[in-house]
Amino acid sequence: MIEVKGLVKTYGAKRAVDGVSFTVRRGDILGFLGPNGAGKSTTMKMITGFLRPDAGTATVDGIDVTADPVTVKRKLGYLPESAPAYPEMTVEEFLHFIAEVRGFKSGDTRNAQVDRAITLTHLAPVRAQTIETLSKGFKQRVGFAQALLHDPPALVLDEPTDGLDPNQKNEVRTLIKSMATEKAVILSTHILEEVDAICTRVIIISRGKLVADETPAQLRSRQPGARLDEIFRSLTRGDI
Amino acid sequence: MRQISPVFKREFLGYFRSPVAYVFLIGFLLISVSLAFSRYGGFFRAGIAGMESYFTFFPWLFLFIVPAAGMRLWSEEKRSGTVELLFTLPITTLEAVLGKFLAGWAFLAMAILLSFPMAITVAYLGDPDWGVVVTTYFGAILMAGGYLGVCALMSALTKNQVISFVLSIGACAVLLFLGFSSFTDTLEGWFPVFVADALSNFSFITHFDAFTKGIIDPKDVVFFLSLMAFTLFLNVVALER
Ligand SMILES: Nc1ncnc2c1ncn2[C@@H]1O[C@H](COP(=O)(O)OP(=O)(O)OP(=O)(O)O)[C@@H](O)[C@H]1O
Ligand SMILES: [Mg+2]
Repeated sequence: MIEVKGLVKTYGAKRAVDGVSFTVRRGDILGFLGPNGAGKSTTMKMITGFLRPDAGTATVDGIDVTADPVTVKRKLGYLPESAPAYPEMTVEEFLHFIAEVRGFKSGDTRNAQVDRAITLTHLAPVRAQTIETLSKGFKQRVGFAQALLHDPPALVLDEPTDGLDPNQKNEVRTLIKSMATEKAVILSTHILEEVDAICTRVIIISRGKLVADETPAQLRSRQPGARLDEIFRSLTRGDI
Repeated sequence: MRQISPVFKREFLGYFRSPVAYVFLIGFLLISVSLAFSRYGGFFRAGIAGMESYFTFFPWLFLFIVPAAGMRLWSEEKRSGTVELLFTLPITTLEAVLGKFLAGWAFLAMAILLSFPMAITVAYLGDPDWGVVVTTYFGAILMAGGYLGVCALMSALTKNQVISFVLSIGACAVLLFLGFSSFTDTLEGWFPVFVADALSNFSFITHFDAFTKGIIDPKDVVFFLSLMAFTLFLNVVALER
């Protein structure tokens, strides 16, 4: 579903992403790990068509993002890092705007789509509140609601559980898991237990390069008996 | 092109979701009306029932007012990170640029048309030439679009609204001053006359003048429209780089 081949992105003299390749099939939940500044967000921005790669390709359903960005963007739901949203809009106004841009033109289908997203992410109590007055966790949920509003076949989520309380973290994980049977999901995270809890595959990047691409079980078997964070540390040793 | 309308709607209503719109509209009306009544405007002394004294200051007023309305257009999106959201939605850069520009232009047009009580006052005091009033409003709205195109472009270059404001004033000032004889005389000292003439053709004042006399010259309309098209094209290029 999502295929990434040899992506490269350079900022000035710095290679943020250096030849990253992987594929995500329908039903996969890919955990995207790596230390701060490893290039996770940059890779996601290239997949979703926000940044143009310096080399390599990202395709969704066989369509190259740089060749036909609009079609690819239609198929993707994207939660950018720190969940940007228009602060002066209410949650409802914002989701209606997203729904309209996503092509739900008639009032009824739009309302249904917005209501569904609000229910899934438990935003009902704040639906009439302006986004700038929301707490961090609720803002994060608005970003999540916006990403899955059109029930996309592929989801790209940059730290989806960042800032959520333990109950909500659980809720979001269950939600992602329940949706994932017919979707391709990429999610980046710094929480290693999350990998164990929901991911069917893990990739780890360090300084822009892929250092692991396997199942969580295979990752564990690299150092039997060691904790995940120890394995993570030894894989990303060069990057501190 | 179907996706212009949600972007337009969000941006236009966005002006009213914060106090910006009200501060702007009241400020604009206060300043424009008081300039007209000031001793420089000479609204009463002119002794004719017309809107000239009100509109003479528009090219100058726009120099500050339009950058104030346009500075947030892209800078705000860049600073708050919502550009990333906007450009990962299924719309083209051109649709986003047009939607936002048209919203800003509609807002400015509204501000200009809100001065209509001025025209009613004039009508009460005397018998104005309504043809002139209409062409002047038309010209003022076109000119606002020209200014806004420049400001939108400047705002796409930076995430800092203050820098965007200053750049916009600078760029608009150049386009304004090109029309002054003292300025063009200087230019004639540096360049051959035909170059200086060509440059002064790019001035807002030169092209706004005819409208205030009741003349709609296609040349002037084409000037403002092509200025908008050109700056919007550069706007798309600046955002896609
Ligand atoms: N606009 C930019 N200009 C210059 N350098 C940048 C820019 N954006 C990112 N970088 C650099 O690219 C590298 C990768 O950044 P990226 O945001 O992809 O990391 P990340 O893996 O998402 O990190 P984190 O876990 O902290 O979110 C970093 O070194 C960062 O400083
Ligand atoms: Mg990141």
